[in-house]
Amino acid sequence: MSSNKRSQTSRADIFANIRRGLKHDISESQRQQAVANRLSDKADNLIPARSQLPATEQVELFKVMAIEAAAELIELESIEQVPQACADWLADNQLNELNSASNAELSALDWSPLAQQQITRSERVAQAGDIASLTSSFAGIAETGTLMLHSSAQSPTTLNFLPDNHLVVLHRSAIVGCYEEAWKKLRQTFAAALPRTVNMITGPSRSADIEQTLQMGAHGPKKLIILLIKD
Amino acid sequence: MQINTPFFKQRAHDALADENLQKALAKLKTGFPEKRAIAVDRMPEFEQLRDEGRDLKNHILEHLDLYLEQFESKVIENGGHVHWARTTDDANQIILDICKQVDAKTVTKGKSMVTEEIGLNDFLEQNGVQPIETDLGEYILQLRHDHPSHIIAPAIHLNLEDVSEAFHANHNRPKSSDPAVLMQEAREVLREKFVAADVGITGANFCVAETGSTIIVTNEGNGDLTQTLPKTHIVVTSIEKVVPTLEDMTLFLRLLARSATGQEFSVYNTLSTGPRREGDQDGPENFHVVLVDNGRSEMIGTEFQDMLRCIRCSACMNHCPVYGAVGGHSYGWVYPGPMGSVLTPQMIGIEKGGMLPNASTFCGKCESVCPVKIPLPKLMRHWREDEFEKHLQPKAARYGLASWAFLAKRPALYKPYTRMASWLMKTWAGKNGRLKKLPLASGWTDWRDMPAPQGKTFMQTWKEQQKAKAGEQR
Repeated sequence: MSSNKRSQTSRADIFANIRRGLKHDISESQRQQAVANRLSDKADNLIPARSQLPATEQVELFKVMAIEAAAELIELESIEQVPQACADWLADNQLNELNSASNAELSALDWSPLAQQQITRSERVAQAGDIASLTSSFAGIAETGTLMLHSSAQSPTTLNFLPDNHLVVLHRSAIVGCYEEAWKKLRQTFAAALPRTVNMITGPSRSADIEQTLQMGAHGPKKLIILLIKD
Repeated sequence: MQINTPFFKQRAHDALADENLQKALAKLKTGFPEKRAIAVDRMPEFEQLRDEGRDLKNHILEHLDLYLEQFESKVIENGGHVHWARTTDDANQIILDICKQVDAKTVTKGKSMVTEEIGLNDFLEQNGVQPIETDLGEYILQLRHDHPSHIIAPAIHLNLEDVSEAFHANHNRPKSSDPAVLMQEAREVLREKFVAADVGITGANFCVAETGSTIIVTNEGNGDLTQTLPKTHIVVTSIEKVVPTLEDMTLFLRLLARSATGQEFSVYNTLSTGPRREGDQDGPENFHVVLVDNGRSEMIGTEFQDMLRCIRCSACMNHCPVYGAVGGHSYGWVYPGPMGSVLTPQMIGIEKGGMLPNASTFCGKCESVCPVKIPLPKLMRHWREDEFEKHLQPKAARYGLASWAFLAKRPALYKPYTRMASWLMKTWAGKNGRLKKLPLASGWTDWRDMPAPQGKTFMQTWKEQQKAKAGEQR
């Protein structure tokens, strides 16, 4: 039997089973209405009080939670300070490469501080063996110190996962309290369809699969450095 | 996967005598429950979230057909493909066909219990496609030709030396017993596999009907490399994972990490929506979702429908005294612990899985920690009834129950009998009040002493108390 046929037969059987099992205490049109309403309302469920703080406190909560999740945090006055901060961090860690996302904000910066430290900079898709990457985040979620990033032509997803070190720019103004606010912001920005990938990242990669002992740096970046821009 | 569930008793017996396993389980029993308790304490609304989680899952199950249709049409709209698999055989054939279409030689895999359920690895291998597990725990197990003993910490039954030996035998590098070195070794070896793979297979924690997205929740980042680097991404998941909106998914994400590892949030929560877009420099060109049924649709409308609320967090097994004593492999199939004791008989049949719902103390801890409040003890009791009605229990159990019922229904016999038995046991036990041996109860006394009754039966004590009370009132 072809896979197509299998899938079609399975689909018919599965739906028949479900419909046979369902209670028929409400009409079909009521069920359809309930589903249509839920899908269009996109209503919030319970949002914890923790993530409904005033904006300034949200920034503080974000910082505390991100550090608790083992991210490093570097606070900067303006986006113009990003090249120097990258150069300093890489030099301190004796690293000499940075592969960057190519979005307008990052590309427009003056990257000469890297050259002064003999650090080479590239803008390309990530490869195995990459040492460090730089990307921008779409939002920061205070509730758990989580970054929200998304794929685009200028920001390949591999930049977030293949390099050993991941540096991420986050504007204070992009910090929201809860995930729900970030989803709403995402829907506003991408009305037609979501980007292929949305990554929520909370700290660097880790695993406790060997003897239940937590080790940092499993398959994703070993270090996550958040460059928090005051704006 | 081979079904060893009928041998639960023997496997549990062996597990109790396995020192290494007992060491690992001792660690598990304190580790996960303590972390969960701290995370729950930090979230004052947790109880309310559990109620909402239960209610939302019930709403979804009552409209499951409609949400699945919506999810399907959204995936297609985004340029993806949806495949339906009623049986494990359907699922394996469909996945193999996709692999063949792109002439796949190697397939990297993120952690997925549904692919364990359908026995995908063996099937692909038999058909010339090499699967490579990339979750660290699953990778270790694959090297050892072993299977997960826990749904989120698959290699929990192994110790450091086991991992060290498996890596030494396979990696052609000096032997190390440093967990950090071992993890770096796996990282380097698997990097090459990630890049070379033709297809990446992951599971999904949830499927979002609103957007046609699937989400994976991980800590290592292996799932992300698995689904980003190869040209084809296949999501293998099951029909009950669908949720209406991103907001609804968020409710479950708040419950999942806290219930599972006790984390505030897992490191990587990744939403995938269709294949690579115009201009994208990476990401899969083909996006497939295989929706597996394998008996789930038959649970709708039955007493087992509640089980379909399960979000696979593992809290029930982490808190279960039976799992904590015998480990996951004793259960003999894919899903261990209380959730496995309910699901396994559904998937492999009560004839083979009947031992599991009986392996419970009914202490109720599983239900009390379940993020979606599944009445697990009640569901296990349903299976016991089913088993009894089908005359599937061992003769000893049936006769034992029948003789007890005979006595219990005749108070004139029951009272003197229990009085005599408890007096006998008390006398036998002597001063320390413990019995080292008891006829027909070696299953208990081989492992621990039986505390002897204090000398009086419940009925005697009750009567005395009532008398004393009456005396006081007078």
